[in-house]
Amino acid sequence: MLVDPITSMWSDRLFQGTLVVLLLAMVFTSLEYAAARVARVARKEPATVGAGAEDTTGTAVEVTEPPADASDGAGDRPTRTRSDRYGRIGVSLMILAVLLHAGSIVLRGLATYRWPLGNMYEFTSALCLMAVGAWLVLVRKHPTLRPAGVFVLTPVLLLMFLTGTVLYAEAAPVVPALQSYWIIIHVTTITLASGMMLVPGVASLLFLIKRNERPAALAAKLPGAEVLDRLAYRVTVFAFPLYTFGIITGAVWAEAAWGRFWGWDPKETVAFVAWVLYAAYLHARATAGWRSSRAAWINSAGFATIVFNLFFINMVVAGLHSYAGV
Amino acid sequence: MSSPPTAPPQPPVTTPDGEPPHRRGPLGTALAFLRNTWRGLTSMRTALVLLFLLALAALPGALLPQRSLNAFLVDDFYADHPTAAPIVEVLGGFEVFASPWFAAIYLLLMISLVGCVLPRSLEYWRGMRQPPVATPRNLARLPHHAAADTTEEPDAALARARGLLRGWRRTERSEPGGVRTISAEKGFLRETGNLVFHLSLIGILLGLAGGKMYGYEGDVIVRADGSEFCNSSILGYDTFRAGLRVDGTNLNEFCVRVDRFAGTWLPNGQPATFGADVAYQSGADLRSGVTSWRPERIAVNHPLRTDGDRVYLTGYGYAPEFTVTWPDGQSRSSDIQWRPVDTSGSQLSEGATKFERPGVEDPEQRRTTQIAVTGTFAPTGAIGPDGELVSVHPDLRAPTADVNVMLGDLGIDDGRGQSIFTVDQQKIDSGELRTVAEDRMGIGDTVRLPDGTTVRFDGVTPWVNLQVGHDPGQLWVLGAAIVMVGGLALSLSIKRRRFWVRVHPSGDGSRIELGGLARTDRAGYGEEFDRLADDLLAPTDKKDG
Repeated sequence: MLVDPITSMWSDRLFQGTLVVLLLAMVFTSLEYAAARVARVARKEPATVGAGAEDTTGTAVEVTEPPADASDGAGDRPTRTRSDRYGRIGVSLMILAVLLHAGSIVLRGLATYRWPLGNMYEFTSALCLMAVGAWLVLVRKHPTLRPAGVFVLTPVLLLMFLTGTVLYAEAAPVVPALQSYWIIIHVTTITLASGMMLVPGVASLLFLIKRNERPAALAAKLPGAEVLDRLAYRVTVFAFPLYTFGIITGAVWAEAAWGRFWGWDPKETVAFVAWVLYAAYLHARATAGWRSSRAAWINSAGFATIVFNLFFINMVVAGLHSYAGV
Repeated sequence: MSSPPTAPPQPPVTTPDGEPPHRRGPLGTALAFLRNTWRGLTSMRTALVLLFLLALAALPGALLPQRSLNAFLVDDFYADHPTAAPIVEVLGGFEVFASPWFAAIYLLLMISLVGCVLPRSLEYWRGMRQPPVATPRNLARLPHHAAADTTEEPDAALARARGLLRGWRRTERSEPGGVRTISAEKGFLRETGNLVFHLSLIGILLGLAGGKMYGYEGDVIVRADGSEFCNSSILGYDTFRAGLRVDGTNLNEFCVRVDRFAGTWLPNGQPATFGADVAYQSGADLRSGVTSWRPERIAVNHPLRTDGDRVYLTGYGYAPEFTVTWPDGQSRSSDIQWRPVDTSGSQLSEGATKFERPGVEDPEQRRTTQIAVTGTFAPTGAIGPDGELVSVHPDLRAPTADVNVMLGDLGIDDGRGQSIFTVDQQKIDSGELRTVAEDRMGIGDTVRLPDGTTVRFDGVTPWVNLQVGHDPGQLWVLGAAIVMVGGLALSLSIKRRRFWVRVHPSGDGSRIELGGLARTDRAGYGEEFDRLADDLLAPTDKKDG
């Protein structure tokens, strides 16, 4: 049997479940974001008490943290602001979504007896999983980032929606060229790196909004500019070597599959362009006058190039990678 | 491309030349110009601009059809944009990666890289051999700083600091008034990684260039019926792309015999596996006179590797065999390959199998008796909506040929080369070659021409397209690329930072001041500094500065 239809059906159901849970998570992170201002205004009056606590990275979001120390003896459970409660629900839902999503991808692989990254549906789905997963790891390490979750979930949900509709592909075996263990190494690395790059791409855009204070309503509740900038840099610094490794393994595979390790196939070319842009980002971070806004623009352009490579090159331009298309 | 993420700010360009400007002769001016050009070229800003240019210049290579990838798409572009195409051609838009301007950008970038990285490496080499810099007078002005009063004796505090700073390069100094300081520094490997990364980029470029110079690539169609191909000269190939220093002699000699082509397909025609059972004799076998053949299976993702060359299976198709029998009883058979014309993979093919009547010597007569069996071949034939032949499966399930038998002058005596897949259209237009019979044939069917000649469709032989690649640079490129990733990871994960401790003796203990400075990107040093500060100042009241 080439495809197990029952397993494949459950994979699809889990994907749909993931979409629903992510949508709910988005609702709660939006509520968290919307409620943040209320919390801030409410705390405006006794602000003098905690003025010393605001360090250089102090941001609007930090004031959403409960004044737990102040309300000692209020009860066993610390009192939480509404915004905080929404945020926690949002994160829980994201964790649930990651579990469902991982289940969907694993079942896809079991249903087709192959590595489940063989077409654009599977690739984009996994990319979204990596992005949400990366975000959860970051939020765990830096809880102050949490209220920005809605901005990560927005592009992820958009991609997930496209994945489930336009890009959807029935579970099926892949063409001979994709039957290689290199798919596990190359495509997984590229997916991981691309998914992670979504975070700095979004963070850089938010940084620009925050820094220019435009649109002002949006900028007011965002984490501080320095926090966003650092977030973008740290994730990029982690994802960039991974992306480089992914490109190199792609070249090794191409040598075995297509007869040359680099042939300026459209996909290779745009991957090269994205790589050069991220290299430019890292250089810009070390160049006076380019450090902040310009670097952020470059990082956003880098992620835009990755998305362009994923959609436009696969679906519009004919190339060797096109068999991975819809 | 100077060093990446982490350079300290470039020093301002100073001109420490002792020569007063007014005395500068033409030579001096030229030297100054060269020097300024060099400085401009190797500045980080220039490197950034060049990086953008490189990214921008590569994009048309993905968006415009490239001749090296698919010449047919370039022809389509000419047909669709008759005015724009010649302009794009002149600008090198169809050969972006071979164009002089693309080369100019990456060569400038490489020069900029060398000019930026090497001097900096020297600087860091010297820095590494010098003790860490003296403790700044006012530590409170540093980005990271802390201070506290403690009851600890200065010696004890210093000893504890030494313990915490194990693994750091450090030096101790004394200041007036019994004040003692420790300067510590860490993260020199970052520069090493940085240097390794940039140098391996040059390594990759050199490997690529070497491959382009001394490499070659050729394609040859071999019938999968035990036919052989030997890599002995360019003449054996259908197409051959030679490197600049390859003249076609001294190819690595080896022979491949293709015994069988094996493909499996899903019911919907999607290919499941491709492979060719081959046997080969390596160069060593041939030289030592070994006559046995080594069996091997070439498949997608699994080329044959021998003598530093690689043999790939890049395509397959079918060669229908026809036998022409003339009225005088003489007959000739031919099974020349036809080429797949359908990109969907159904292997619908077109071709032209050409015959000359045996025994005809007179040139005039020859030019009226040549026969070409042209048309369409379907491995699994079916009737399309307009009555045309279509192929519904790539495997040989119901081989069918729509033939168009032509008689007359094929033009093969003109001395001009012609494609094995087509007949000369000029001869058809001029009426020297005309259709004399048309029919839809299955295997074993015969079609009769007006003069009594018969054409029989005997059978089908699969063929495979083998691509032979020779690239002496590719292992160098791979090695350089692996080293590059290592250098990159090193330079991005290690932070270069400094840490200072100043201990003032005070009446009942000491006052400890701490300062920290990230020499590279600030991101991430804060936590480490705070941890160190907490540990050092732990037993005391931490008074934040």
